[in-house]
Amino acid sequence: MKQSAQPISKDLIAQHGLSDDEYKKVVEILGREPNFTELGIFSVMWSEHCSYKSSRVHLKKLPTTGPRVVQGPGENAGAVDIGDGLCAVFKMESHNHPSFIEPYQGAATGVGGILRDIFTMGARPIALLDSLRFGLLDHPKNRHLLKGVVAGISSYGNCMGVPTVGGEVVFNEIYANNPLVNVFCLGIAKKDRLFKGTAAGVGNPVLYVGSKTGRDGIHGATMASDSFDEASESKRPTVQVGDPFTEKLLLEACLELMETDLLVGIQDMGAAGLTSSSCEMASRAGNGLELDLTHVPRREPDMTPYELMLSESQERMLMVAKQGKEEDVLRICRKWDLDAAVVGRVTGDGILRVKDQGKVVAEIPAKSLAEDGPKYERPNTPPPYQEYLQALNLDALKEPKDYTATLLELLDAPTIASKRWVYQQYDHMVRTNSMVRPGSDAAVLRIKGTNKAVAITADCNGRYCVLHPYMGGMIAVAEAARNLICSGAEPIGLTDCLNFGNPERPEVMWQFILSVEGIADACQAFNVPVVSGNVSFYNETNGLNIYPTPILGMVGLIEEAEKAMTQWFKQAGDAIILLGATREDVGGTEYLRVVHHREQGEPPYLNLDTEKMLHACTLKLIRKGLVQSAHDCSDGGLAVALAECCMSDPAQPLGAVVRLTGYTIRRDALLFGESQSRIVLSVKADSADNVLRIAQDMGVPAAKIGTVGGERLVIDIEASKQASACRVDADLKTLLDKWGNSLERALSQA
Amino acid sequence: MNIGVIVFPGSNCDHDCIHVISSVLGQKATPVWHKETSLTGLDAIILPGGFSYGDYLRTGAIARFSPVMNAVKTFASEGGMVLGICNGFQILLEAGLLPGAMLRNKSLSFICKYVHVKVENAATPFTGLCESGQVLKIPIAHADGNYYTDPVTLAALQANAQIVFHYCTPEGKVTPEANPNGSLDNIAGIRNAEGNVLGLMPHPERCAEDILGNHDGQVIFLSMLDALKKAKLKAVVA
Repeated sequence: MKQSAQPISKDLIAQHGLSDDEYKKVVEILGREPNFTELGIFSVMWSEHCSYKSSRVHLKKLPTTGPRVVQGPGENAGAVDIGDGLCAVFKMESHNHPSFIEPYQGAATGVGGILRDIFTMGARPIALLDSLRFGLLDHPKNRHLLKGVVAGISSYGNCMGVPTVGGEVVFNEIYANNPLVNVFCLGIAKKDRLFKGTAAGVGNPVLYVGSKTGRDGIHGATMASDSFDEASESKRPTVQVGDPFTEKLLLEACLELMETDLLVGIQDMGAAGLTSSSCEMASRAGNGLELDLTHVPRREPDMTPYELMLSESQERMLMVAKQGKEEDVLRICRKWDLDAAVVGRVTGDGILRVKDQGKVVAEIPAKSLAEDGPKYERPNTPPPYQEYLQALNLDALKEPKDYTATLLELLDAPTIASKRWVYQQYDHMVRTNSMVRPGSDAAVLRIKGTNKAVAITADCNGRYCVLHPYMGGMIAVAEAARNLICSGAEPIGLTDCLNFGNPERPEVMWQFILSVEGIADACQAFNVPVVSGNVSFYNETNGLNIYPTPILGMVGLIEEAEKAMTQWFKQAGDAIILLGATREDVGGTEYLRVVHHREQGEPPYLNLDTEKMLHACTLKLIRKGLVQSAHDCSDGGLAVALAECCMSDPAQPLGAVVRLTGYTIRRDALLFGESQSRIVLSVKADSADNVLRIAQDMGVPAAKIGTVGGERLVIDIEASKQASACRVDADLKTLLDKWGNSLERALSQA
Repeated sequence: MNIGVIVFPGSNCDHDCIHVISSVLGQKATPVWHKETSLTGLDAIILPGGFSYGDYLRTGAIARFSPVMNAVKTFASEGGMVLGICNGFQILLEAGLLPGAMLRNKSLSFICKYVHVKVENAATPFTGLCESGQVLKIPIAHADGNYYTDPVTLAALQANAQIVFHYCTPEGKVTPEANPNGSLDNIAGIRNAEGNVLGLMPHPERCAEDILGNHDGQVIFLSMLDALKKAKLKAVVA
């Protein structure tokens, strides 16, 4: 696409991704044809990425309020009250399309973007999580993508001095041509010092702060709103290039500015850069905004207004300062060696007016861009193959001959295996808050100046969602909450990053609507509000859509930091207790995929009341100091959970002897099935009876299943009338090698 | 005591050092902006970790030109204690306050994990409260910690007990397997010939509190404070 002024033709409109109807609406709003710059501005603001045109009506179903909510959706990030005059500010965003085209820079700028969303609010970022999805590692392209993405995240996050403390990495062929890179960031701010993206106060100066504007990332938002094909690699110039050093300076400068009384509003220039920040700030305040591009710092001469308005150069902020305080703002920016300039002022006429060299080059009502974009209630129907997906005949499924070998095979599967290769490349300790580092159910960070800690986790099982989008959405919430509970935290808020295929396909819309409803119902049940989020549609390449993957980032609060819990066994002689009931849930499991090469069946059953009782019980036991370790059963089921309890202590592995009696279900379901609402505890031997009694009183099934200790993991299953006895028996060294070195092995293939 | 912590653009462990000195050890910590030219009133100086100037050229290569570095050199030449941690160590190497240079880690990747180091010289002001041969568990977090120097310098470092920390096994054995980054002779930290400047790659400030599960790093800061206290007492007596 040429960037010089061009006459508006039908082709040009189509290139900008606007439909005929949408273009008609543009003409109606303006009362005339748009010029080239205006067409570009409308096209990015009305792109799916910026306007949420296909999702907005459905997102309304999510519960967004609650006693702790300080800031719900609609700002740069959400915020929940954590007491002591502080709030946790958090959000999750995707950078999928850029990361496929250019993994290193795509992932790096994903980190940069979410960090800005957090410190724009006046919060100092204290932790990052990354949720990643790739194709299988036997293909060199997927290894290249994984290495590039991890290196990109590592370079940006480490340089910023914000620890990357966890996340998840899942491998499935469905993501081979459409990897997912979702980044979550958490910051801490004073509750009464939150900043918003508002251009209030007619006459107030508008300032540009940060990197110079270049020709990178033009039309990134439009790219992110389109499907992929072979030609997508040619879109590399639409991927921005990150400069974490400048971002670090911008972070410190912004936080220093926010200590003063100089700013009225602030917003980062993310997708659609100068365009979105200016019209959204104006629109929120019900004002207009006049920009003079002449003063915008730029990397190269002869940039057109079109390019300046649409550039997605990174590390830039737009600020509205109090009148007469321009020089004070500029002085602090200069201290940090940042480019900064007054580029406009707030007006009262509601118009975004862009000037260049004294000439008006665009004039559009700000609200029409930010809020009055098209909204669609797109058609939705279940895919024709849904019944086939859900049909799974267990009788035709042979049970393994050697259960030990099956456990080792599962531990070696990259989705289950240790992610040490990944998180060792992330600085996960800087800022000295990381109480529980990567490798447990959730990361735990102490909050300096208080006795509290926060726990954070990111979760989603896309396979459950494709098999049953509603149940998959509910399970994603339940699992995230369960991970926090296992860390001793009470869930207090959630952010969602909804990765789906092409919304113009009715089956994708069907998946989206049901997943959102599942998330909404579970959030309602657990009283966890959704305070921020992001939708990433068009994860489709050559007509193949990804599994619906609504990744959730959840935040929990631990009132007494020293009561934070970890997942690994602590001491030989401790009793192992299983909370929750095990059903014959084989559908949709990792076991089914790895061993039987099928992704089929109904996902595990979930009852929200049962799950809630489990949470209440576990939290009570942890708070009473009765628990030594707590770990939830998820991918790979009970056997994998037990193995992880044995192996995941970074200092010292511990074996266990487990005996399962009275079970009549299939042995593979008992060992590797992924029944929900189950937690493996270890407790001191002399408190086991007490723990079992409390669980019983609270209506939670509980059984002592074994003892910690030794150099092996042994699981004996007693014979029943329906099924024979069987045994898993492996020494810790073998388990550790399979689980601990799997990723290195997979990546060292030639 | 009043410990100065230099803040270069891109420093990111400055807050962590200040936290340990002030909140954990109850001493005064003063952030010193890199454009400062004087260090008067400060008892010791810490160059913290981070990515000064983004480390875009070579780690520490640009920071050595910051105005404050002249003052740091003067401070060191007058016998003042200077501690460089991670990027701070890299800057001390680039500034010539310590001999040698850093190469990219052998794995070519950034590595963040706990390692063990053996205190080889407990007679420095930074290790005075350690036992000789004591093993400390301290995390590293760097991409360029592969220490290198020429054979003559290495021999001099060894002869003068300037190698203060070696990477080792939990039991204190200095082995190739215990070397996380390919560092020459398993070197994790060195001092200058005079003994008042120390650089180390591991981060003692990240393990100085029980709530983080480990306080092995505290001894470095406590040793510094102890040395300063003794020096002041000596000055009073003299």
